[in-house]
Amino acid sequence: MEITAQEFKHCNMIKIKGRVDSATAPQMAQAFESAANAGKYKLVVDMSELEYMSSAGFRALLAAQRESKKFNRGEVVLASVPDRIREALELAGFTELFKTFDDDLTAVGHF
Amino acid sequence: MRTVQFAAKFEFLDEIREYVGEIARASGFGDKDVYNIQLATDEAASNIIEHAYENVTDGVVEISCGMKGKELQIVLIDHGEPFDPSEVPLPDLKADLAERKIGGLGIFLMRKLMDEVHYHSNADKSNVLTMIKRKG
Repeated sequence: MEITAQEFKHCNMIKIKGRVDSATAPQMAQAFESAANAGKYKLVVDMSELEYMSSAGFRALLAAQRESKKFNRGEVVLASVPDRIREALELAGFTELFKTFDDDLTAVGHF
Repeated sequence: MRTVQFAAKFEFLDEIREYVGEIARASGFGDKDVYNIQLATDEAASNIIEHAYENVTDGVVEISCGMKGKELQIVLIDHGEPFDPSEVPLPDLKADLAERKIGGLGIFLMRKLMDEVHYHSNADKSNVLTMIKRKG
């Protein structure tokens, strides 16, 4: 798994590449925590190059959404969610907790 | 059925997914089923590592995988503390953000993604989790 962060005027984008499981989810959770600690509560998660995510990743997303929504009308949204991952998120009832966008640009424009 | 022993550590989840994925693909399952079989196995193995082998550093999980007639069988055996996934309450998927429970999600996915999930804890301290995925 590889994480890159990018700053926009009204939000921050966190791109997660590769595979997120119990081994790598803590690193992803850390990226969300760093953003929150820096006062960034409006986050786009770019999943375009995400290959795999287990429930360990879902839990990290849920924690990030809770943290973000506490402050300054913050929110975590998901962009370019691959089909397999979208299906698992739907099964877990997560698509009701996160707005999803077809591409980065629309997601960034949401804020 | 092929059987492989894995060290019960999160670092080996990648290899565990590859192992069951290869067999599922070779047995004729499509991309979507292969992904879901890998996800269910990952969740099962993660639970064993996290719960059955809590505080154990040299645990082993033995995974057998293969076709039996028209169904793929995956059997995970560990020698840790008994941990019956069927006793874990299902998460409330309608709960809102604040109420949403963080646990139980992996087990929920396992049950949803596979056709059958069985658990048996033996007196000799071996725990056997069997998951079945049917073709088509």
